[in-house]
Amino acid sequence: MSAPFLILAVVTLGGACAAMMLRGLVHCALALAVAFAGIGTLYLCLGAQFIGLAQLLVYVGAIAVLIVFVILLTRGGDTDSPPLGPTALPVTGIAVATAIFAILAWAILHSFAGHVPGLPVPRTNIRQLGLAFMGSYILPLEVIGLMLTATLIGAVIVAMKEKQP
Amino acid sequence: MTGLTGCLLVSSMLFAIGLAGALTRRNTILVLVGIELMLNAANLNFIAFWRYGPRSGEPTGMIFVLFSIGVAAAEAAVGLALILAVYRHAKTTDLSQLTGGPQ
Repeated sequence: MSAPFLILAVVTLGGACAAMMLRGLVHCALALAVAFAGIGTLYLCLGAQFIGLAQLLVYVGAIAVLIVFVILLTRGGDTDSPPLGPTALPVTGIAVATAIFAILAWAILHSFAGHVPGLPVPRTNIRQLGLAFMGSYILPLEVIGLMLTATLIGAVIVAMKEKQP
Repeated sequence: MTGLTGCLLVSSMLFAIGLAGALTRRNTILVLVGIELMLNAANLNFIAFWRYGPRSGEPTGMIFVLFSIGVAAAEAAVGLALILAVYRHAKTTDLSQLTGGPQ
């Protein structure tokens, strides 16, 4: 538990809270980008450099921008209507989420995780990762490439304007 | 509190925030955003266990997270395309208007 980790955790959780609580949709998307960037730097902090940079590229660079595009294509960033439920505050959803967090936190605090010794950061370089991908994980890599291609074609077809009869 | 406990607590907090958002927000895009946050919480768990777990030859935790990021990107693209298609038909992204629930 170092100071950078605590700061990054606060920034990430604050960004996530803001993304889920703000009224304006564009503000939500920007707060989401902050949360994703915080998670990416948390990966860097934990010693997974390649994953951290991939997270920054894919989530901050692609998914956040995609979400902004969809917000602007749908209603131009109108504010969201009040949440579901009879009262202004969505009590049920927040209660369920709090209960799940309480159960998870109880389980974590009573698990073996508190007795794990503080090991040094594992040394992995990109070469090791690339050899693993091209060696024992070649079939999953091909499958995910095929899936991404199919997904792109499918997304374009789904989002394409239908022809007027 | 060890580093692993801190990581796991942060990721479960992130999961709870995403779940609360997905359960309470009325806009379809924000529900998808909540699901993305939950996916990221799972990825953070993988990296935490890779960092503090027993060492093996291959960086399996990192490989798992890379595949997971790929699947999440595909999921976001298809989900947002579906939202666009629904918006074109119904002219709204509000879930309660789409399902005819309480306004």
